[in-house]
Amino acid sequence: MREPLLRLSGLEPFVLTKEIPFVNVGERTNVTGSARFRKLITNRDYAAALDVARDQVENGAQIIDINMDEGLIDSKQAMIEFLNLVAAEPDIARVPIMIDSSKWEVIEAGLQCVQGKPVVNSISLKEGEEAFLHHAGLCLAYGAAVVVMAFDEDGQADTFERKTEICARAYKVLTEEVGFPPEDIIFDPNVFAVATGIEEHDNYGVDFIEATRWIRENLPHCHISGGVSNLSFSFRGNEPVREAMHAVFLYHAIKAGMDMGIVNAGQLAVYDQIDADLREACEDVVLNREPANGGNATENLLEIAERFRGDKREEKKRDLAWREWPVEKRLEHALVNGITEFVDEDTEAARLAADKPLEVIEGPLMAGMNVVGDLFGEGKMFLPQVVKSARVMKQAVAVLLPYMEEEKRLNGGGGKDTAGTVLMATVKGDVHDIGKNIVGVVLACNNYEIIDLGVMVPPQKILEEAKAHDVDVIGLSGLITPSLDEMVHMANELEREGFDIPLLIGGATTSKVHTAVKIAPQYTRNQAIYVTDASRAVGVVSSLLSKTAREPYIQGIREEYSEVAERHERAERAKSRLPIEKARANAMQIDWTEYKVAAPSFIGSKVIDDWDLAEIAQYIDWTPFFQTWELKGVYPRILDDEKYGEAARGLLKDAQAMLQRIIGESWFGPRAVVGFWPANRDGDDIRLFKDAERKERLATFHTLRQQTSKRRDSPNLALADFVAPEGVEDWVGGFTVTAGPEEIAIAKEFEKKGDDYSAIMVKALADRFAEAMAEMLHQRVRRYYWGYANGETYAPEELIGEPYDGIRPAPGYPAQPDHTEKRTLFDLLQTEEATGVELTESMAMWPGSSVSGIYIGHPDAYYFGVAKVERDQVEDYAARKGMDIEEVERWLAPILNYRPSEVRTIAAE
Amino acid sequence: MHSFRLPKTETYDALIRAAQERILVLDGAMGTQIQSLGLDEEAYRGHGGHACAYHTDHPQKGNNDLLILTQPQAVEDIHFDFAMAGADIVETNTFSSTTIAQADYALEDAVHDLNAEGARIARRAVDRATAKDGKPRWVAGAVGPTNRTASISPDVNDPGYRAVTFDDLRQAYGQQIRGLIAGGSDLILIETIFDTLNAKAAIFACFEAFAEHGKRLPIMISGTITDASGRTLSGQTPTAFWHSVRHAQPFTVGLNCALGADAMRPHLTELAGVAETFTCAYPNAGLPNAFGQYDEEAEDTAGKVEIFAKEGLVNVVGGCCGTTPDHIRAIAAHVAGYAPRKVGEKADA
Repeated sequence: MREPLLRLSGLEPFVLTKEIPFVNVGERTNVTGSARFRKLITNRDYAAALDVARDQVENGAQIIDINMDEGLIDSKQAMIEFLNLVAAEPDIARVPIMIDSSKWEVIEAGLQCVQGKPVVNSISLKEGEEAFLHHAGLCLAYGAAVVVMAFDEDGQADTFERKTEICARAYKVLTEEVGFPPEDIIFDPNVFAVATGIEEHDNYGVDFIEATRWIRENLPHCHISGGVSNLSFSFRGNEPVREAMHAVFLYHAIKAGMDMGIVNAGQLAVYDQIDADLREACEDVVLNREPANGGNATENLLEIAERFRGDKREEKKRDLAWREWPVEKRLEHALVNGITEFVDEDTEAARLAADKPLEVIEGPLMAGMNVVGDLFGEGKMFLPQVVKSARVMKQAVAVLLPYMEEEKRLNGGGGKDTAGTVLMATVKGDVHDIGKNIVGVVLACNNYEIIDLGVMVPPQKILEEAKAHDVDVIGLSGLITPSLDEMVHMANELEREGFDIPLLIGGATTSKVHTAVKIAPQYTRNQAIYVTDASRAVGVVSSLLSKTAREPYIQGIREEYSEVAERHERAERAKSRLPIEKARANAMQIDWTEYKVAAPSFIGSKVIDDWDLAEIAQYIDWTPFFQTWELKGVYPRILDDEKYGEAARGLLKDAQAMLQRIIGESWFGPRAVVGFWPANRDGDDIRLFKDAERKERLATFHTLRQQTSKRRDSPNLALADFVAPEGVEDWVGGFTVTAGPEEIAIAKEFEKKGDDYSAIMVKALADRFAEAMAEMLHQRVRRYYWGYANGETYAPEELIGEPYDGIRPAPGYPAQPDHTEKRTLFDLLQTEEATGVELTESMAMWPGSSVSGIYIGHPDAYYFGVAKVERDQVEDYAARKGMDIEEVERWLAPILNYRPSEVRTIAAE
Repeated sequence: MHSFRLPKTETYDALIRAAQERILVLDGAMGTQIQSLGLDEEAYRGHGGHACAYHTDHPQKGNNDLLILTQPQAVEDIHFDFAMAGADIVETNTFSSTTIAQADYALEDAVHDLNAEGARIARRAVDRATAKDGKPRWVAGAVGPTNRTASISPDVNDPGYRAVTFDDLRQAYGQQIRGLIAGGSDLILIETIFDTLNAKAAIFACFEAFAEHGKRLPIMISGTITDASGRTLSGQTPTAFWHSVRHAQPFTVGLNCALGADAMRPHLTELAGVAETFTCAYPNAGLPNAFGQYDEEAEDTAGKVEIFAKEGLVNVVGGCCGTTPDHIRAIAAHVAGYAPRKVGEKADA
């Protein structure tokens, strides 16, 4: 089932997804909440009143609450006029509106003025069921969501029992009698003042929080909102204490399920930063606890409150003191903090002060980027922040560029003044480029000129461009294993063509061992160097291009690599491999006699196209996302990590803002195909049949077996072991999911605007969507399509630990390292027609944000690595597949435990 | 006031079933066909047909809806031609039959008759076609946007001013929709929406009219995006537009008119990605030439509409400005081999 989500709109859509923990409703355009706004409205100063609304939206309000309930004015007329004016301001009207009034006629007048889907605040059972039904029916006819106050004929609900009873009643009436969508109902269980000195009020905070919890658990899909400022009513005049109380209250209420609130975000303390004594006292009051040191919670807080009185803080403004600094410092500040807002004017100011525009780049901008580089090197800044700095740098350079070109034209051209030119490419047959792009940005930040040839670049093109631009370094990237061979080939070509420049190797599949053993020996004139991650790239490149450091550095690398290669050979020799027949004899023995698995709901393949981006997002595993950005740690713990926490939180915030747009504006077009076939094991192969009787063969999945000699009891596995032999009914499945090709164009757009940060972000998120789809689809397969675990109830976040039965290994990954099995899978599923996903000549999937694999259902199946294989298995495998041995060796090159050429030479002798 | 508990009309379920089975075809442009008849002022007023029972001193040439009353046979024949060309759904000739739009011709009094007769004529035409070939067909009561906008001021110096209110629109639409139902429309098509607030008034009016009628008709909702920014005239993105009209629980949501099928495709893709109901698209025959005429050939338009079907974006297709029975015939032939777009699990039940 699709999870029903609250979907609102202004000029743009807003969807309240699970990724949004709390919606801030702007409250500044409420005459009952803001004295300033009341004054503007009573004086009919609508221009200034619109500015208030605009400020709120700019400061991040996702919805704006508009209330005109003021005795001195015609509220209905004011609502109409103001909403009509808001409609003419696209930067305000882009968010949804909350029409707020205690008078129905004012609400209805408001509903007639907004074209988006608004929220009505509020309706209730106060005047009985008939009026409630009438109002709710009208809200539905006008197309609005509603806030329902916990209020009935007997008055406002104050206790847990009353709050839950009224909300449950209202929910029943709304959903059963009116047909109101439950996701469009927002309950307000009434925030009342606590610490008033009246004992009956002491539990109000707890009542709200507990009622919230109960409502979210018992009334599906609805939401909880509340006006938080009521809580601290008895501390009027003492803003620090009020802010602390609100922060503490929200901290607990949000955990209980409050997902919306009317709050002045500018006047909210950060829970962690509240004075410890004050926080403790607030917590005692909000949670109605007995203070640890005895006494009464209210009296305690009153006493402590005195200490904070007078510390009267103004509404928090952005600290713009740095705008007063000299221009060089301003540029540095903007670069370090990634602020683009003033960079155009500051750059222009610096240009006017300089003799030549280039001096601005070489002077203050490079100085600023050096600070960024130093902080990055010291581990005080992290990759996402550095990429943001690069965005500022690019914008500044864009300001200067026309002047520099003009100057160049007058001088008749000139040489380049960069630290060096680096050519970067993802090799032929491979489509992955996030890591390469990150390295490019980091190097560009350090004044290297980057020539990025993109993805799937043929060797000839790399050679041509490298010559044409006289580059100083070539960097190659690749993610899938066939790319390793491409890199070896590329090293060979460089040698053959007489190049004498360093070759950098990077990407998920590459390694120091592979570079040392396979690539470096092909390119002796210069050096191939493995770069672990982007943070190392600058150090490596600057050493390589330094006149003095270069020789000793390369010498060091050579020594290291020859040692690595030697150690590797020794280790490999020491590992004893079993002949394939012995390995087979030690296959995993599953007892199939009692085995019975449900038949899939269909045989053959089926396109799955009812994807909801918001739902997919719930299945995202964020840990690899942080790894992409070189922030190492497990989500969500990484958010509190001492070292990475701040960078991780900032990154997640940006990611979620983009996620919201991806979902709201449907950036991606996810597609998938899934299939099932009757199947049986036949040796190390899995035979697939066309028919239930298993008479007619359809295709074969070939699998590879581990050949390392194992300790006792531990089997030599092949994927075929997990599938039942002939005579027992079993099935295997297959799938391909893709987030779609849209990310490529979107990233290009960002790049065009010089916003590499967003370009990398959208790609990283597209990858996460594809992985999340694979997880989500696997769950659906287990529950419905195959249905062998239809009672399974894991929540999305629980799936990360793979607690379920069955696996979905992907061809080209450790359990089956042969990428060409993807061809079989793709043909069976007719993947290209069904999803648009294609295979490159290296068997990489295009678009890159795609995942494929086969489904095996047996509960004992697990993921393993085949590791190195011997020639006897390769020969056997080639015969089974009907392929030349040389071709199989080429595809399996990274896992061969022998050098194919050597063996052949020996055979020829 | 709500209507989701009202029983559905008799034809509602048959329509849903048909849309689940295949891509349905909507008819083409009435205006283009009328233009080709070359009628003069006299003919509009009823010469050679039926004299208009409503007196007015305003010139009537160009008041195409009036032909329902003055040249009923000509209108019926056009409907019939579209039906035989392959249209499953035929639209009434009532795009401007509201008091607001007819005010230009001083024919506000004729509104009820225009709509009721408009529906009857279309019904006669499809019955004739069905008698010939046995295929079921439906009559869609067409509700246009009127010539006023409820959320945009016509006066740049007074952005808070409105030339029409929600309530004006609700009443005018209400009268139109009651007429369309009285004349036997199977569904209500709210089309060429450039201001979503106008459409919301029409939806509201539908609910009121359905409540009086005692049954609810399927609603089709169709916006128009004429701007390269990819937004409606009133500034909404396609997804925001869908969120605004979702409460109608429409039979279809979609796009029409605008700048031809090519320009429509990205917006249709977005809408098809978010809408939990059937989708509908009926573009113009390309862009108008320097003379305001559409000269895209039937095969060209059909080829572009076929892409919608191929990509699984649509459940109902048809044509808007410039599309003739030939265009509809070609469109029907081009989409015939494709499965209709599958709707997510929350489709209108």
